[in-house]
Amino acid sequence: MKLGKTKRDHVSSTTLDQAFSRRSFVIGAGMGGIGVLLAARMAFIAIAENEKYELESESNRVNLSLIPPRRGWILDRNGAPLASNRADFRVDVIPDQLVDTSATLAALGNILDLDAATMADITKRVDEAASFQPVEIATGLDYEDFAAVSVRLPDLPGVIPQRGFSRFYPTGPSVGHLLGYVGPANAEEYKEEGDPLLITPGFKIGKDALEHQFEQDLRGVPGARRVEVTASGRIVKELETRDDVQGDPVHLTIDGPLQDYAARRIGLESGSAVVMDCRSGDILCMSSMPSFDPNSFSAGIGSVEYAMLREDERVPLRNKVLKGLYPPASTVKPMVSMALLKAGVDPGERVQCSGGLRVGNRVFRCWKRGGHGPVDMAMGIYQSCDVYFYAMAQRIGMDPIAMMARRCGMGQEFDLPVTSQFYGTVPDPAWKLKKYEQEWQPYDTVNATIGQGYMLANPLQLAVMSARLATGRHVEPRLNRKTPIKGFDTVDFSDEHVRYVRQAMSDTVNGPGTAGRARLPIDDVLMAGKTGTAQVVGLNFSDGRSGPWKYRDHGLFIFFAPFDNPRYAGAVVIEHGGGSGSAYPIARDIMTFIFDPAKGMEALTALETQWGGTAQERLVRKYAAYAAAAGETVAPAPTRSEEIFDRVEAEARLAGRQSERLGDRVVDPRPEADPRSAPRMPQPAPAASPAADTATPAPASTSTPVAAPTQGPSQ
Amino acid sequence: MSVVPAPVARQPWGMLFPLFTLIGFGALVLFSAAGGSWEPYAASHLVRFGVFLVMAVVMTLFSADLAKFAAYPVYILVLLLLVLVEAMGQINGGSQRWLNLGFMQLQPSELMKPAIVLVLARFYGDLPVGMTASWRALAPAGVLIGIPVALVLVQPDLGTSLAIVFGGGVVMFLAGLPMRWFAILGAAGAVIAPLAFFFGLQPYQQRRVTTLLDPASDPLGAGYHITQSKIAIGSGGLTGKGFNEGSQSHLQYLPEPHTDFVFATMAEEWGFVGGMVVLVCFALILRWGLLVARRSKDRFGKLIAAGMVATIFFYVAVNLLMVMGFAPVVGIPLPFMSHGGSSMLTNMICIGSLMMVNRWNSRQGTSGLTR
Repeated sequence: MKLGKTKRDHVSSTTLDQAFSRRSFVIGAGMGGIGVLLAARMAFIAIAENEKYELESESNRVNLSLIPPRRGWILDRNGAPLASNRADFRVDVIPDQLVDTSATLAALGNILDLDAATMADITKRVDEAASFQPVEIATGLDYEDFAAVSVRLPDLPGVIPQRGFSRFYPTGPSVGHLLGYVGPANAEEYKEEGDPLLITPGFKIGKDALEHQFEQDLRGVPGARRVEVTASGRIVKELETRDDVQGDPVHLTIDGPLQDYAARRIGLESGSAVVMDCRSGDILCMSSMPSFDPNSFSAGIGSVEYAMLREDERVPLRNKVLKGLYPPASTVKPMVSMALLKAGVDPGERVQCSGGLRVGNRVFRCWKRGGHGPVDMAMGIYQSCDVYFYAMAQRIGMDPIAMMARRCGMGQEFDLPVTSQFYGTVPDPAWKLKKYEQEWQPYDTVNATIGQGYMLANPLQLAVMSARLATGRHVEPRLNRKTPIKGFDTVDFSDEHVRYVRQAMSDTVNGPGTAGRARLPIDDVLMAGKTGTAQVVGLNFSDGRSGPWKYRDHGLFIFFAPFDNPRYAGAVVIEHGGGSGSAYPIARDIMTFIFDPAKGMEALTALETQWGGTAQERLVRKYAAYAAAAGETVAPAPTRSEEIFDRVEAEARLAGRQSERLGDRVVDPRPEADPRSAPRMPQPAPAASPAADTATPAPASTSTPVAAPTQGPSQ
Repeated sequence: MSVVPAPVARQPWGMLFPLFTLIGFGALVLFSAAGGSWEPYAASHLVRFGVFLVMAVVMTLFSADLAKFAAYPVYILVLLLLVLVEAMGQINGGSQRWLNLGFMQLQPSELMKPAIVLVLARFYGDLPVGMTASWRALAPAGVLIGIPVALVLVQPDLGTSLAIVFGGGVVMFLAGLPMRWFAILGAAGAVIAPLAFFFGLQPYQQRRVTTLLDPASDPLGAGYHITQSKIAIGSGGLTGKGFNEGSQSHLQYLPEPHTDFVFATMAEEWGFVGGMVVLVCFALILRWGLLVARRSKDRFGKLIAAGMVATIFFYVAVNLLMVMGFAPVVGIPLPFMSHGGSSMLTNMICIGSLMMVNRWNSRQGTSGLTR
């Protein structure tokens, strides 16, 4: 190496040494500076921010997991559970913690042997759930499946198998509409309450009906488990456990066995039955069928099940007791009679019925075209003579009748812990003017006195009406045993009037009336009642008894027993049953069951053999058949149950309007069922044979005037 | 002085004492990081230190001539090892950074850190004083640094490449190259750095940089390491949670509690006090190293010593800046405390070299020049 020729700086050994000293000092200073910076930084983190990091370290180390509280039981009046809890094994996933969502779900599907439709539902739920929301994969697992998932946990991050409790409804569909069901809280509910319990795997809230209404009572207090966990979530040791506090039970006035009996007795029909205790207003049963099985809704409603329920024109999702609105038809006649009595009409006064009544230039016909002859008030009730009521209603006018209807509960909303109830319509001139801007016409009164036209009521209102007529007191229905008994100090009707109407209604069943077959097969208990056949479409569509199911008449029956000292009152409404003949046998069996359960069951067992099993068994079979046929082609169910409720409710309102359209014309009353008519068999599901239903018996208004049927319960 | 025998008194206790402290302390932390066990970390940590200490002592005996003679061959040998490792990676498919020696896995890139210092010290030691400011002072050194850096970068190992550049850069700086060259380099770096960030770095490396600026942006992803490390250090407080009581390390929230994040493991259990002990020990060692460099009369010795100090310092600074959330997560262990053979080897080579220069100094010292 040679010496460089061009030198910018004069560089010598000395200057280099000086440069080294200088520069090494700079470097040393730089190192020292960084050292000081590090020391300061450490002081800042470890001392100034110590509290914050200590907290974070602790929240790393300790995992507080909530133990979902056991939900309070829902008990019937005798303390038997309508909804209880079942210990079981369950598996949830938390979408947030899933690493490979599809692989994890596929692995779970494999282990738990889930079918394609279920997997599709689960995948959809996981996709749509907020990331922190646990999604239920399966409940009610046996120990083997649970263990199989548990051992694979290291490969399945985000999967949470646990022991827990799930809601159990022993009578399944019978209490579906009454109790509702439970399900995981959705994102909005969580946001609203902000309670971390709502996103704890395995925790369910009430989604509908009483489960929803009594949510805060039933919920209980969650337990907590503090555990030390590693970063990968493995539990190192349990630090502390606090047990949960079970939710309070809710004591209903419902009689569990009766609720179940009534639901099952409705059988293949679509309808509802309400029974009340006349001494307290306790609702003993409010069954609405067909229904869904709340046990199967707990993870959310499956697509296949939802599609099946949606497609059923008998609307299994609608609670027909509260949201079914029907023209009450002739069941209003005892009420109208009460209005007449109150207006001073002499019950002994007779009206000549020749099969019709001329008002102005129109003739209003009686259901019995041949006429009843001279008819007093009692006969008007038990023979359901329309002409008698046309004539008398013309005399006192609509207003007293409307007032009486409201007093009996029609058009009223009751103070009950239910999510919603439709209150129907009691038309009067003011109402019509307001709603349609039309004057009240004589035919409006005529329609209203036979419970047709604009008049609409739900079965609960009919049952209340029955109880109020039977007792003469302002009976208020009660569903919760904690609600004070009300209304018995208000006397609505005089004893004399009550006795008169009771006797006439008893004669409907036990005397020369329209419902001889409703007579109880029990010697010392006489049931009183009133039939009703409500027309839903004009005569040009259907004769009400045959043809398309949805055009057939509704069958109604209100009743109480024993007639002279009423203990139980109720109402049965069968949608499109083809007339009151579809309703009163059901009422009869329900009442029989109350007074003599063995006899009642005997009747039901015989029928269920014919129908192919209990309501629950039939529902399971129907689901299996539907699922097999539909496969994976069904449209997914809405994620939010609110959407389902809204849709069901909107359809219920629409359905209620259907018969309202008949209000703008005269409704020709249908022939009332009477003791001589042949027993009516429930039709098979319309989907199976919509047009094959020609076997409906024709009305038989001939032959012997009175029969006292004493056949066995299995008619 | 008088009680202690001369051969013992002659040893540089000002450096050895803090060094033994760090090693012992490191062993305790590794004992805890293994869940309260000597295996698998603490025992091998001590054994390796023992082996490499012997190596360092042997190095001390080398003469300056031997060191000068060995400089280029050692550099070329390490370069060949780097090529070999790259070739083996190609053959085995995938990147490979180490050679399995049986008792330890050797990373040739680690050896390059002291090797680059040695070869540059030799180069500038030989360079005629007058040429210091010419291109001949720059270009060969650039090539000497550039080749190994390129080889390490393709591994890819950004941290080690930077360490090599840093060690080489410090030697060049101290060799007296004109100041304006470094100014120009600094300016160029300011321009190139953003470009390099967007075009030169792998996405995972970019993420490490961005999460450094905001660790909370990705608390469960790339920011997780920094966040957990800060939690460990911060939750230690003044005196720590106690030996074997660190939950962050024991429950595996802290990533790599025995290597890159050993300082966080230590700080959690020993607190700020433990951290200061470690910092002071490093400060003493590095200060001693710089003094050795300044005392050296020989340009070669000065540059070797300063370069070795810079190499150790780079490890310490980057590692500590990283665990305290000031630098991106690059896999650089903490000297003398982290578990790992290669870094222990490198750092003990640096210590050995410093002791060697120290011995040359004391020989000169006896001839009565300095001190």
